[in-house]
Amino acid sequence: MTEPGHIDQQDGRLAIAGDWTLVHYATLKNQVERLAQAREPSPEGVDLERLAALDTAGAVLLMELVGAGPLAAIDDWAPDLPATRRALLRTLGEAMADNRPPPARPARPLRDTLARTGQIVEGLWQQQRQLLGFIGQVLATLAATAWRPSRWRLTSMVAQLHQTGLNALPIVALLTFLVGAVVAFLGATVLRDFGATIYTVNLVAFAFLREFGVLLAAILLAGRTASAFTAQLGAMKANEELDAVRTLGLDPIELLVLPRVLAMMLTLPILTFVGMLSGILGGALVCLLALDISLVQFLAILQRDIPLNHFLVGLAKAPLFAFLVAVIGCLEGFKVSGSAQSVGEHTTSSVVQSIFVVILLDAVAALFFMEMGW
Amino acid sequence: MSAARASRNDAPLIRVRGLANRFGAHSVHEDLDIDLYPGEILGVVGGSGTGKSVLLRSIVGLLRPSAGHIEVFGEDLLGLSARDRSRVERRFGVLFQRGALFTSLSLQENVALPLIEHIGLSRADAEALARVKLALAGLPGDAAIKYPAELSGGMIKRAALARALALDPEVLFLDEPTAGLDPIGAAAFDRLILTLRDALGLSVFLVTHDLDTLYTACDRVAVLSQGQVLVADRLDVVAATDDDWIHDYFHGPRGRAAHGAAHPVEEP
Repeated sequence: MTEPGHIDQQDGRLAIAGDWTLVHYATLKNQVERLAQAREPSPEGVDLERLAALDTAGAVLLMELVGAGPLAAIDDWAPDLPATRRALLRTLGEAMADNRPPPARPARPLRDTLARTGQIVEGLWQQQRQLLGFIGQVLATLAATAWRPSRWRLTSMVAQLHQTGLNALPIVALLTFLVGAVVAFLGATVLRDFGATIYTVNLVAFAFLREFGVLLAAILLAGRTASAFTAQLGAMKANEELDAVRTLGLDPIELLVLPRVLAMMLTLPILTFVGMLSGILGGALVCLLALDISLVQFLAILQRDIPLNHFLVGLAKAPLFAFLVAVIGCLEGFKVSGSAQSVGEHTTSSVVQSIFVVILLDAVAALFFMEMGW
Repeated sequence: MSAARASRNDAPLIRVRGLANRFGAHSVHEDLDIDLYPGEILGVVGGSGTGKSVLLRSIVGLLRPSAGHIEVFGEDLLGLSARDRSRVERRFGVLFQRGALFTSLSLQENVALPLIEHIGLSRADAEALARVKLALAGLPGDAAIKYPAELSGGMIKRAALARALALDPEVLFLDEPTAGLDPIGAAAFDRLILTLRDALGLSVFLVTHDLDTLYTACDRVAVLSQGQVLVADRLDVVAATDDDWIHDYFHGPRGRAAHGAAHPVEEP
């Protein structure tokens, strides 16, 4: 019943026949392009009597054959066509008559690469400036609200404490426990050759009190919470909620950022403490099962060999890490623009940046504490 | 002309019978019947919360109704396999209230996407066709390479309409097409819908609040109230129906203004 669209050429006339629809687009397009090389687009000698079905795709091909202007004037040269057909062709011709395709951008590979490199470097520089500026803003707002308890957002802070702290507790405990066990195994294997397996206790305690407890907790929060902050604030930004906050005469930093930053600064030391405990517990378990060091012996060694200052050194880093992770998460949220892609980009960026900052600062701090002999 | 198109002798394209949508204890639709006839523009109106958008979402298959039959092109939509359903749904074009353009794609990529995915056109062909659809929707040629974030609300609506038209659908669903447009833009959009309906032979299911749209574009109007279609008929019949909400809606100050604008000579 239906016949694929085609063009019959007879005595220099072009008879349009069959279904000119989307399904036959590719074959029709070939035919039309071959014809277009031989003749200028014009309705001259084009017969539409045998045209069966027609949709916009077919109409576009017809337009390439006859030109947009003549298509708009279809009533003059093909008045026998059904009214609906003519309406479609006329509408299309009118729409395309003064429509120019967007100018194609010439490709310049070398220039584009240079430009992109420049953009990335400039972007990195701007990012650091923005981060410093934002840290300043947060501190200024903190200083302004610290003396006015009526402006403390306690409810919001408690909600954030719940989400960033309590809900993260199990995963932090589990991961540090596992890493503690792994460190103990490593220590046992290496120290066995020296007949010093008993020092596995010191290794685990030393590592977790000074470095691993805080580092693992901070990295987990960077992945878990910084991304959540970015996505929350980013969605609010995209929905113009941040603008609404401003026009209501409220300060988004005071309302949204401070509770998050403060909650995080309270949360991370607690999580760090939990991380230290469960890391050491993991180590103790390995010592008990694989090295026959009893729990009592383990604790006795801890008490004898590990001074308090290791614990303090580890814990002291937590608020600083928490502050930076939270600030980076919030700032990236503020930088989101309307699109879904932008939310994704900034969430990624916030996690990468905060993990980077945490590890970098931890390395610097390790050097510093070592030089100070703490 | 338009009244003749919506002749009741044709079988309806979409036949909804006994539709019920319940969310927990809250019932939005209860035993709702509605028809869409070939070639007509059906305006669906109703107060806020009467389930206009929910009705649209159940018909296009985004929401599974709690009960009832939805027959589309003579097939029971709810009884179809996923593949057959996708085949039927390809004959729908949907314009969402806020456009729902893909923000990471340019306008021509937005419109070209279904052409590439469903028809298997080459990218160049699909984008050439997409530019034509954008022009049909009344956008200038240089808008094709822009991204949704760079556009005004009216242009987003037009681009979303172009995407809804990408596969030459038989039925077009419009959810509040003129909401958020200025009156001039809204009037132009109404005319655009009429032009495209006449040119492409579309049937249009139009959810709206806009009285001007009802007067200028719609062949029939269905009023939703208390979970059912209160009345579905030509506008003058609907406006004369004895119901408080309908009376307030059509004979309130805005209703009178829209009526006056649509029938300047008939006013006494």
